[in-house]
Amino acid sequence: MGTKLPLFPVQASTIAPEVDHLLYFLLAVAVFFTLLIFFSIFYFAVRYRRRSEQELPHVIHGSMTLEILWSVIPFGLTMVMFTWGASIYFTQNVPPHDALTVYAVGKQWMWKLQHMEGQREINELHIPVGRAVKLIMTSEDVIHSFFVPAFRTKQDVLPGKYSMTWFQPTKPGKYHLFCAEYCGTKHSGMIGWVYVMEPQDYQTWLSGGATTGSLAENGQKLFQELACANCHKDDGTGRCPKLVGLFGTSVPLTGGGSVKADEAYIRESILNPSAKVVSGYQPVMPTFQGLVTEENVLQLIEYVKSIGPKPANAAAPAASTGSSTPKNR
Amino acid sequence: MITAAAQEREHYLNTSYGIKSWLLTKDHKRIGLLYLATITLFFFLGGAFATLIRIELLTPQGDLVSSDTYNKLFTMHGVIMVFFFLIPSVPATLGNFFMPMMIGARDLAFPKINLLSWYLLVVGGLFTLFAMFAGGVDTGWTFYTPYSTTYSNTWVIATALGIFISGFSSILTGLNFIVTVHRMRAPGMTWFRLPLFVWANYATSLIQVLGTPVLAVTIVLLFCERVFHMGIFDPARGGDPVLFQHLFWFYSHPAVYIMVLPAMGVISELVSVFSRKPVFGYGFVAFSSVAIAVLGFLVWGHHLFVSTQSVYAGMVFSFLSYFVAIPSAIKVFNWTATLYKGSISFATPMLYAFGFVGLFTIGGLTGLFVACLGIDVHVTDTYFVVAHFHYIMVGGTIMAYLGGLHYWWPKMTGRMYPEAWAKLSALVIFLGFNLTFFPQFILGYLGMPRRYHVYPEEFQVLHVLSTAGASVLAVGYVIPMVYFIWSLRYGQVAGANPWGATGLEWKTASPPPLHNFDETPVVTHDAYDYSTVMEEGIEVG
Repeated sequence: MGTKLPLFPVQASTIAPEVDHLLYFLLAVAVFFTLLIFFSIFYFAVRYRRRSEQELPHVIHGSMTLEILWSVIPFGLTMVMFTWGASIYFTQNVPPHDALTVYAVGKQWMWKLQHMEGQREINELHIPVGRAVKLIMTSEDVIHSFFVPAFRTKQDVLPGKYSMTWFQPTKPGKYHLFCAEYCGTKHSGMIGWVYVMEPQDYQTWLSGGATTGSLAENGQKLFQELACANCHKDDGTGRCPKLVGLFGTSVPLTGGGSVKADEAYIRESILNPSAKVVSGYQPVMPTFQGLVTEENVLQLIEYVKSIGPKPANAAAPAASTGSSTPKNR
Repeated sequence: MITAAAQEREHYLNTSYGIKSWLLTKDHKRIGLLYLATITLFFFLGGAFATLIRIELLTPQGDLVSSDTYNKLFTMHGVIMVFFFLIPSVPATLGNFFMPMMIGARDLAFPKINLLSWYLLVVGGLFTLFAMFAGGVDTGWTFYTPYSTTYSNTWVIATALGIFISGFSSILTGLNFIVTVHRMRAPGMTWFRLPLFVWANYATSLIQVLGTPVLAVTIVLLFCERVFHMGIFDPARGGDPVLFQHLFWFYSHPAVYIMVLPAMGVISELVSVFSRKPVFGYGFVAFSSVAIAVLGFLVWGHHLFVSTQSVYAGMVFSFLSYFVAIPSAIKVFNWTATLYKGSISFATPMLYAFGFVGLFTIGGLTGLFVACLGIDVHVTDTYFVVAHFHYIMVGGTIMAYLGGLHYWWPKMTGRMYPEAWAKLSALVIFLGFNLTFFPQFILGYLGMPRRYHVYPEEFQVLHVLSTAGASVLAVGYVIPMVYFIWSLRYGQVAGANPWGATGLEWKTASPPPLHNFDETPVVTHDAYDYSTVMEEGIEVG
């Protein structure tokens, strides 16, 4: 039997102390009101205990002053909680621009992670300390949730959709990674470790181990293998739109309207090409559903990003965040 | 008033005998007892599942049952407890029995529909039981898609159909209550003379009637996708899994208030009777029930803070969630203030009321944590949430349900329960409950995810504490079961009004005659006017 009795989780990200400070405030409020109610009940119950069966206490109907007091004071306190909580939530949802991107794919019952440089991991994630890391995640089957308690971050991972979470580790170490959304038989086995390393150790780790090229290079290889280049020609003469300089730009669509060429759009265009057809082109592309895995799709996206506008020119903030080309690091 | 002759007096229990007189009864009191028996069975079944879960979690390894079995256990625990115990608990038993009596009516507005409601619950329950014995279901009581529609190989449809059918029981009960409160009040029983239990049940009925159909629709959509492969929720078929979560919580969040509002109504009665004072701020307590019912429909998105719902939607739902906290706080403060300068009795129902206020306070205050965006990202889907909602549903609803059951037991059966045993079990339940669920707050903040069959070793000590608490709690629940049955035969005979209470249900004999009142009561006073009772003199049962 385990004899360790931890009562509070380690703080290992920039956001963790912020979340904990908010928790302390909430705890203080909760403890205050719990004690207030407990002691009032206890005191009244003893002080005004029934001394004779014939007792008839004086009638008190209520007090408007008290009702206003105990509505307005709690309301004020909850608004502090709301505002404080919302501001942290906002931070949790907006990654810094220089964040390192890692792709994650959840499937029953494992986490598959791919680094930009090509390293692939299962149920393990190696990241450097002090550097913001952004995860772009999807699922091959059901809903999962990427949860690292030491970072105080959690984000559901959905099939057919990309979700994002980010964290900036502050302390080297080994931290639990849990799947937090129930996903079937081995839900509780869908766990792993996040290794936060000193930058030089991380560099060593990156250069060690055999990789088969960076994510973008693998994407380019796939792009050739799947014969995408036959139609998507670099000079724009093909039957399909050219992809050079595409990522992050706004694409006009057949039937009016436009869409931003972000990860979700590229993914959709590979798996369900007729959903959004570029203005001036015919819906001739077949679906690649079933031919490519979610990881392949991520490699293709990374390839499209690598031939996109250079980061300096990519003004669109959210999609291009951290999507710098591999050569930049 | 009560003499030896009372033994032969005709009342609702001895007017007719035989199984048919029960299964075809249109008497709201007998139907209340049918519900009582039914949900007690479900409670102990759900409790058996909980017991197995807690025993499994004694060790970090999965050694008692397989992962699949474990997943079925927590699913069936949740389904049984939520849909077949907590939702019908207070309204269908105590509400059914006493709401008509409290407004001076002979029965509910639609006695046959009332019986139909019970049959629907039973049929729905049988479907669900069939699913369990045929192999069980493993989706969690939340049935999240696409797991439930595409990936689970268990009895999803049979279970969902059971819930679908029992939903109509809930809708019809709500409808019956609403019409009854509007149309069947005795002369002089104005809205602001209604006991707060009636207000609470009225507000609950609004949720049942407005919310439950959405659950029914959601189940039909689930059925369409699972059976006919229509793309609604599964992205592989062009659906949206988060849509399911919106629909599910649009009902299931208000459902929490279906469980707790009637419980709050019970507490208002108990706190008043056992401090012999009108409830402090009657109007505020009454309207806070309605406020909770209405606001409860606007907060479902707080279950979706990490679901990929938009950041701004998350902010709106967090903001609105804090509004629900206020009427709940108002109730707690008013109950506490009712005690001030009262004449406080420590009879068992009051001990349960104290227990309720204490545990509901903790459950409610931790609700502020999970409504808080920054905190919820960390604690959602962990044991923190498990602890929070058990404090509300078990610490709140079940404490009030048991308190109400003790309070009205003499009226229902004509017999008193044994006071000493009752006090002991109330204490055991309170202690057992806290030992079971308090450690789970700590576990949750540490990061222990819910629905985990196997868990890291460092969480074991807290799990062992929780399991120890659960065994104490189990003992606490079995004791009343035993002495209630015992009291039917051996309990002290109860008078018409053993507590010196003011409600109309206490102005008729115990047990009540078939039509509740020998003559229609005329109400001339506000609720909780104890001077009227004192004039009549109190006979202590």
